[in-house]
Amino acid sequence: MKPRFLVLRAAGTNCDLETAFALESAGGHAERVHVNRLLQGATALDECDALVIPGGFSYGDDIAAGKVLAVELLHHLRDPIVRLVERGGLVLGICNGFQVLVKMGMLPGIAAPIGLQEATLTDNDSSRYEDRWVRLVSVSERSVFCRPGERLELPLAHAEGKYVPRDAAVRRAVLEGGHVALRYVAAGGGAPSYPDNPNGSVDHVAGLVDRTGRVLGLMPHPERALLRVHHPAWTCGAPAAPSEEGHGARFFRNAVQYLRG
Amino acid sequence: MPPAPSAVSSFRVEVLVRPGFSDARGHAARAELELAGARGVDAVLSVRGFSLALQGGRAAAERLAAAVLADAVTDTWAVLGGGETLPLPAGFTQRIDVVKKAGVMDPAAEGVLRAVRAAGEEIVAARTYSAFLVAGEAEAEELRQAAARALGNEAIEEIRADGGGPVEPLARSAPARFARVVVELPESDERLLAISARGGLSLSLEEMQAIRSHFRVAARAPTDLELETIAQTWSEHCKHKTLTGAVEIDGRRYENLLHETIFAATRALDRPWCVSVFSDNAGVVAFDDDFHVTFKVETHNHPSAIEPYGGAGTGIGGVLRDTMGTGLGAKPIASTDVFCVGPPDLAPDQVPQGALPPLRVLKGVVAGVRDYGNRMGIPTANGAVLFDRRFTGNPLVFCGSVGLLPAGMVAKGARPDDLVVVAGGKTGRDGIHGATFSSRELHSASETLDSGAVQIGNAIAEKRLLDALLLARDRGLYTCVTDCGAGGLSSAVGEMAAACGADVDVEQVPLKYAGLSYAEIWISEAQERMVFAVPPEHEAALLELFASEDVEATVIGRFTATGRLVVRCGGAVVGDLDLDFLHHGVPRVARQAALPRARDDEPDLPCPESLGDALQRLLAAPNIASKAWIVRQYDHEVLAGTVVKPFAGREQQAPADAAVIKPRLDSYRGIAVGCGINPAYGDIDPYEMGLLAVDEAVRNVVAAGGRADRVALLDNFCAGSCERPEILGAVARLAEACRDAALALGAPFISGKDSLNNEYRDAAGSAAIPTTLLISSLAHVDDVRRAVTSDLKRVGSALLLLGVTRAELGGSAWYALHGRVGRSVPRVDLERARETFAAVCGLLNGRLALACHDVADGGLGVALAEMAFGTGLGAEVDLALVPCEDGAGGLLSVERDDRILFAESPTRFLLEVAPERLAAAREVLFGLPHAVIGRTSAEPRLALRGLRGALVLNEPVAALQRAFAAALDFGSPAAPPAAGGPR
Repeated sequence: MKPRFLVLRAAGTNCDLETAFALESAGGHAERVHVNRLLQGATALDECDALVIPGGFSYGDDIAAGKVLAVELLHHLRDPIVRLVERGGLVLGICNGFQVLVKMGMLPGIAAPIGLQEATLTDNDSSRYEDRWVRLVSVSERSVFCRPGERLELPLAHAEGKYVPRDAAVRRAVLEGGHVALRYVAAGGGAPSYPDNPNGSVDHVAGLVDRTGRVLGLMPHPERALLRVHHPAWTCGAPAAPSEEGHGARFFRNAVQYLRG
Repeated sequence: MPPAPSAVSSFRVEVLVRPGFSDARGHAARAELELAGARGVDAVLSVRGFSLALQGGRAAAERLAAAVLADAVTDTWAVLGGGETLPLPAGFTQRIDVVKKAGVMDPAAEGVLRAVRAAGEEIVAARTYSAFLVAGEAEAEELRQAAARALGNEAIEEIRADGGGPVEPLARSAPARFARVVVELPESDERLLAISARGGLSLSLEEMQAIRSHFRVAARAPTDLELETIAQTWSEHCKHKTLTGAVEIDGRRYENLLHETIFAATRALDRPWCVSVFSDNAGVVAFDDDFHVTFKVETHNHPSAIEPYGGAGTGIGGVLRDTMGTGLGAKPIASTDVFCVGPPDLAPDQVPQGALPPLRVLKGVVAGVRDYGNRMGIPTANGAVLFDRRFTGNPLVFCGSVGLLPAGMVAKGARPDDLVVVAGGKTGRDGIHGATFSSRELHSASETLDSGAVQIGNAIAEKRLLDALLLARDRGLYTCVTDCGAGGLSSAVGEMAAACGADVDVEQVPLKYAGLSYAEIWISEAQERMVFAVPPEHEAALLELFASEDVEATVIGRFTATGRLVVRCGGAVVGDLDLDFLHHGVPRVARQAALPRARDDEPDLPCPESLGDALQRLLAAPNIASKAWIVRQYDHEVLAGTVVKPFAGREQQAPADAAVIKPRLDSYRGIAVGCGINPAYGDIDPYEMGLLAVDEAVRNVVAAGGRADRVALLDNFCAGSCERPEILGAVARLAEACRDAALALGAPFISGKDSLNNEYRDAAGSAAIPTTLLISSLAHVDDVRRAVTSDLKRVGSALLLLGVTRAELGGSAWYALHGRVGRSVPRVDLERARETFAAVCGLLNGRLALACHDVADGGLGVALAEMAFGTGLGAEVDLALVPCEDGAGGLLSVERDDRILFAESPTRFLLEVAPERLAAAREVLFGLPHAVIGRTSAEPRLALRGLRGALVLNEPVAALQRAFAAALDFGSPAAPPAAGGPR
């Protein structure tokens, strides 16, 4: 049986097709579902193995990126989402989806219950939207989506991707509790400055994982790096991989493998 | 049931960043204010304001502020009742408010309403605004004026420095009182014209006379709505009557200029892969067994001149709806944008009165395309920016869209008894007279008089409409669709009903606010609307589907078989037009054109002492310098299909010639999208400029791996008033060039658009833009894994220059640096160009080249430098090896290093070829002028030997790259990372 992924769609979601394609390519079954359908009845959430909130501008990012959808999910779909994670399901938020998860308080998810926002993703230091490729290192021991120590190159495209923890205690808990999943790194090593850290994220955080390892949010777009030809330097041989695959495919394959058990 | 008004109260919630966290918007605002001339601004804090009319009183507003409107981590907030104002933090002395004027679209209010309701509160209305708290000694009026230039636009916003009084969340307006207006058409020609002028109809005397005769036969006078409908349909913007009219030039007479040149070439070429040309909202070409590709480029010049952000945003919104309205609805897969603006560093006293400074225009249009395109989720993957002083008062904004249309969904047509359904945004007073406005010249009072023609788009409304449209299309719920663009419902319904008839009631159209007259509803150009023809049996299914996607759809009438366009307002008929007259009754225009003359002589420039310095200056010239600051703000990778991105190479610094896109997630088949534009050549010879634009557009897509035998083209003409014979003459010569180039290269035009009357009038007189031709190109790519980029790949490769170099410097970037145009315009040899393009295809397809770059603006020197950027490699080149020819009418000798380096001779490619492939490559190029002119080197340095054998240029690539990158970089992160987190 293929694991069932529910790819959530709302007004302004715009990466749902390629995200669903990435999941299908990895061996999953992906269904794109409009949030309006879930608001009428959440059975689709109870029947799926994973919830994926793709990139885009849900509700135009009016108020702040991901905020309106976060309020909607918190007030109307909190229970089925919590149930999904508790029964071993996965939640993945990419870019705008990550912003939604952080604003719902699901990430970094140091303290239960969800609904208490511990961190935020705010305006880039450059104060503008930027599309560029970044170098990342995967540092989480427990995320089911990525393996520790892996170096990755992925694209990102956002205006509000700067991770800021609520206070020093949260900052420490995120670092010490293993909630950092992905970090921006500099090409030549050392602390990444702009544009290697493209948005000014505190502690160079590019992605967060919750306590269970089953909820992941990240600013980069793995679904835009499925193929070798997605890489901006593919014509000069990068990324150094013999296959037709790009680095982003790993996230989806790992998720499918985890759900298959 | 709406809530009882007594329970509703209004509050403002003002949100700002908490001390200790960085306020990126405030930092950016401070930098912009300084640029705009405000002195003494020490710090700026940004405020996001929300004005709410809600139930539940102050307690509800407090709850919403905490849980919905403010960020729990970084923000603080205040809830303010009527008359209350936010206390200024210590050290802050002034406040600037930027508030949208009544009736201007406030897209963010929609999200606020949705979130507030999701949070369980009852809300009636919301508006958003922004404010800036300013610390320092800035003088109040200077600050306000700088704010009006930098933080808002008085065409659509109030810029207030009065401390920020209450912002009324509710737009109150009284319902319109119905009164049918009949316009008597007088005998006197003078008074007849006055009616056109007074109504802003832009109808000529001949046209008004034709209308008068038509209604005399019917023995009645037209209503205001009928006159408006005719004016919209006959506008230059919709009808292109000048270029489809009769033109006499140089003894040749065209009865229909475009038909006998550009269309005729397409017909003569008769390519089987051209599916639909010059008939639908976009041109359509075959892609694979399942899909066709659509392509269209539009201009949105006049709205962008007055409000660059809104103008460019609604420009991209409009062209996306063109794609959505092609066939039964294509899905947009890529966008292009090309801007022509004044020089970014133009001194303020050189900006014509009433016009916006060029940098302001550029930043505004970039932000407009960014915010609309990114929200729609369409990659903006190709474009260009050109700077010329003559674009200052009248900038050009070209927005293009590529779409994917299922094969078999090309044909469409409303049938009698189908319902007329309008879907998407509500109708307001916005954008009234856009079609006729764009057909006039701009003047110094345009900003105030025509601000109704300017709008702010709502990208999310259009995204919802797109999602719903594609679902409805695939379920076969409608028979025809078109977008509501210029002319609004009058044009959209009039066009769909052309072959049958329609009977509609404007009273059914959903309105943003009360108070619109029936004529205003009918011609409003409110954005994000489309019209569908829906068979009655699908009405329920379509309305339900649209509702499930949060798209409002309303039946406003029926298509008929009467051949008449009947418009009602409730019970009263307010329009009853003969569709044949509406679409075919416009009097034919006949104009005299004159051959344009070159405006400069050939200069005699000495060879520069340092070619290295010269090359750096060229790389920093705005027309050549890196557009990375712009490109990075566009999402060029959404949809996961962009395979060749705007910048190539390991460090993504080498500018690409064209975007290569893989439209299907499950296939490697692709398209290459490029463009060609260079108005400077037209100052010498518009015909040569036309050939050069086509040559460049084809060259770009071929250089990236596109098939030379599968190139489709679009033409976009922009010019001043064609009542001036020499301007019409330039346009006519361009049209002839398009015809000749298309025929010779086998590249048909599939769609096009013109925008005339691009002039700016102030006290000093009327100034026309340089006549401009944008050629957009789309080529088939059999397998995107064979695409080639421009960046150098390896040490020790041969650098092979294909094509011949002549002393062709007229209109070049090198001459422009010296303020000259010259005469020695590059000449295209069309026969050789065709062979050259085919040969490059052969090379790339045979994987014989590692890199390929077209040689264009700035010539060989610039091309070489661009190929080295970000690669870590360098090049050693011997100019004596460059294949040269005398030419250019013998104006100059080519025997000089600077001329070889900076000439802009067409149809040239610079290729990197591995030594082991060189023999095979040269075999493919047999018979064409080419030579190995040098080698790539491990040292990142350009080393050029001159004709006398000496080293004439020896520059580190890094220095060249700095010049290239810095010129148009309008800001790196402003906020110091020190304030980047909790302390």
